[in-house]
This record gives sequence, C-alpha cells and structure tokens, in this order.
Amino acid sequence: MKAASTKTLLDPLFESNPIALQVLGICSALAVTSKMETALVMCAAVISVLALSNLSISILRNLIPSNVRIIVQLTIIASLVIVTDQVLKAYIYEISKQLSVFVGLIITNCIIMGRAEAYAMQNGPLDSLLDGIGNGLGYSVVLMATAFLRELLAQGTVFGAVVLPKVHSGGWYNPNGLLGVSAGAFFIIGLFIWALRSWKADQVEAEG
Amino acid sequence: MEQYLNLAIKAIFVENLALAFFLGMCSFLACSKKINTALGLGAAVIFVQTVTVPMNNLIYNRLLADGALAWLSPGLADYDLSFLGFLCYIGTIAAMVQIVEMTLDRYVPALYAALGVFLPLIAVNCAILGGSLLMVERTYTFGESVVFGLGSGVGWALAIVALASIRERLQYSNIPLALRGLGMTFVLSGLMAIGFMAFGGIQL
Repeated sequence: MKAASTKTLLDPLFESNPIALQVLGICSALAVTSKMETALVMCAAVISVLALSNLSISILRNLIPSNVRIIVQLTIIASLVIVTDQVLKAYIYEISKQLSVFVGLIITNCIIMGRAEAYAMQNGPLDSLLDGIGNGLGYSVVLMATAFLRELLAQGTVFGAVVLPKVHSGGWYNPNGLLGVSAGAFFIIGLFIWALRSWKADQVEAEG
Repeated sequence: MEQYLNLAIKAIFVENLALAFFLGMCSFLACSKKINTALGLGAAVIFVQTVTVPMNNLIYNRLLADGALAWLSPGLADYDLSFLGFLCYIGTIAAMVQIVEMTLDRYVPALYAALGVFLPLIAVNCAILGGSLLMVERTYTFGESVVFGLGSGVGWALAIVALASIRERLQYSNIPLALRGLGMTFVLSGLMAIGFMAFGGIQL
C-alpha cells in the first residue's frame, strides 16, 4: 500500500479523529455505549455504511448536479442504512432491538454526510473507500473505549463476562451507577478529549 | 387531557431529547456559544419538530404500516412497507424544512434573517429524525404525536439555551488549556444531564 493511502486510512484514528476533533457523529457515540456488545454492532454498521456511501458517492460524483447533491447523498445514505437495518433485524434481532432508533439515525450522523461532502465529492473511489473505513475506525476507537469503561465500571463486565464481581452477588466491586446513565457518557467523552488534546497540543481550541 | 399533559412533561423534562437520548448533539455543542443563536435554533427546532412528527405519524399510519394501505383497496391489505420508513421520514423532513424556509422568507422575513443558516441545517439534525423514529417505535396516536413533537422540541430548546447561558458565563473562568472548548462543554452537558435526572419519575 502506498504511503498516501495508508495516511488516508490511519489519519482519522488520532490525528483528525471525527469525534474528538471534527465534532461529528456525537449523538450515537453517547447513546449506544452503555454495553460493549451494542457498541460493537453499531461500529460495524457505521463503518460499512460510511465505506459504501463514500464509495458510491465517489463513483457518482461527476454525475450528481451540484444544486441537488444533498438530496442525492441523503437518498444513497438512507438506502444503505435501510439495507443495514434489515440485515441487523434478520440476523441479530435482540441487539437491533436494543439499538432501537439509533440505527436509523445513522442517516443523520454527521460523519457520513460530512465525509461525503468533504471528501468523496472530490476524490476517486479507492481513496474515498479508504477514507470511509478510516473515519469509521476513528469513530469506533472512541466508541469502544467509552463502552469498555462504562460497561466495566457500571456493571463490572466486559462483553457480558464478569470481570469485577459485584458486591450484591458475593464479590467485592461496588458498581458505579453514574456511568450507566447518560451523564456518565458525557464525562467519559469529555475526559477522552482532554487526554487526547493534552497529548497532541496542536488540537487545542484557540478561543475558550 | 391528563394523559397529554403527562406526555408533554415527560417529553420536555424526563426524557429530554438532548440530555437523555443524546439527539441533535452536533448542533447542541456547536451552536451553544451565544444565547442568541441558541434561542434562534431552539425556536426553529420547536417549529419543525411540531410539524414533522405529526406528518410522519400520518405517513406511517396511512401508508407504510402493516396493512395500512387497506383504505385504498382491500387487495393491498397485506402489504407492509415499513422498511421504506427511513427514506420517507427524511424526505418529509427535508421537504418540510424547505417549505418552512420559503414561507418564512415570504411572510416573516425578520425571523428568516434571524435564523439564517440554521434553518436548512435542521434537516440533518438528528433530534428531528429521532423524534419521528421514537414516535413510530412507541406507536403514538395522531394526537399524542402532536404533543410529543411540541414537547420534545421545547425540551431540546430549553437544554440548548441553558447550556449557552452557562457557556457565556464560563468565558471568565480559568479552564485547563486542553479542556477548553469541546471538552469542557461535554463535562457541562454531563452535569446538566445529572440535573435533569432529578425530574425522573415525575407523573401528573
């Protein structure tokens, strides 16, 4: 693989992470992270929709008239999300029930529209595919890290397997209920951004 | 009547779209630096939400749901088009936002100028699509969907205006460099979410 392609694929992980730096796609990042299992399925869904939508929009980019491009992009994305939703319902019905409306909300996930508009409309299909996968992975890193912390500290489990035995079932760990509710997700993402920006100082926002 | 009031309270406070369901986060975080923009965006969201949720309720119940086409002809009674839902809802929302934009431009130019770029952006605000999807998932009736649309819009507007007010005051505080901006806003929203948890379980 050429150096440029590798860069397209790996940059979104930490250098220009879609959640931490570009502030895109936050809604679902917070909502599906109370359990690792749902977060993993959500990541897979987002990566596949993002990669395929970037690929198809890039192939069609010279045929899309620029004044109706938003509606064309939305239609492509919505169709891909419908397919994903049907696949999830057919094979892992339980988890798709838990994800509830958030699979549908991939349509309005700003990462997808953002990458289609900012990258796929200007670049070739292969690069766009890599960019889609890379941004999907960057999103997944934050999602999985958040889900890991929330599930471990709120329930003492990882992927449903007991790691920290809870007090009321005979163990020693006193679970932290705060991380199980919505507020905990805000704190973890906030701290994640703090850590990332302390590490890479050039990402600090100029005006407070 | 009581059930509607109860639903409204639930949609505004207990199940606040922004703070309990994380919907519309992108604009919630990006447009909350000033109270004025937050107010404008909040007003636009209330308006669009109140129109689109009942619209999508009609579309789902009359066209898409299992057997909903029976009113056209009995032969269509066993069609289930609900898989087309996402495409129809987002289409309705985009169309409604466009109509609202043109109407405001024609009849209330002052409000149109005040809302500016936020109005078209609402089409891709997940609070709007999320409201419609939640409405379908919870099988609200038409009346309930009107109340839910209005209530959830008001709740979202309330949250963004409150956040903007706090952020304006924070300008004078000494925050660690790397936590400034986005990081601090997340921590703030978390604290607000804890505050809103106090409304949990309120019933009328």
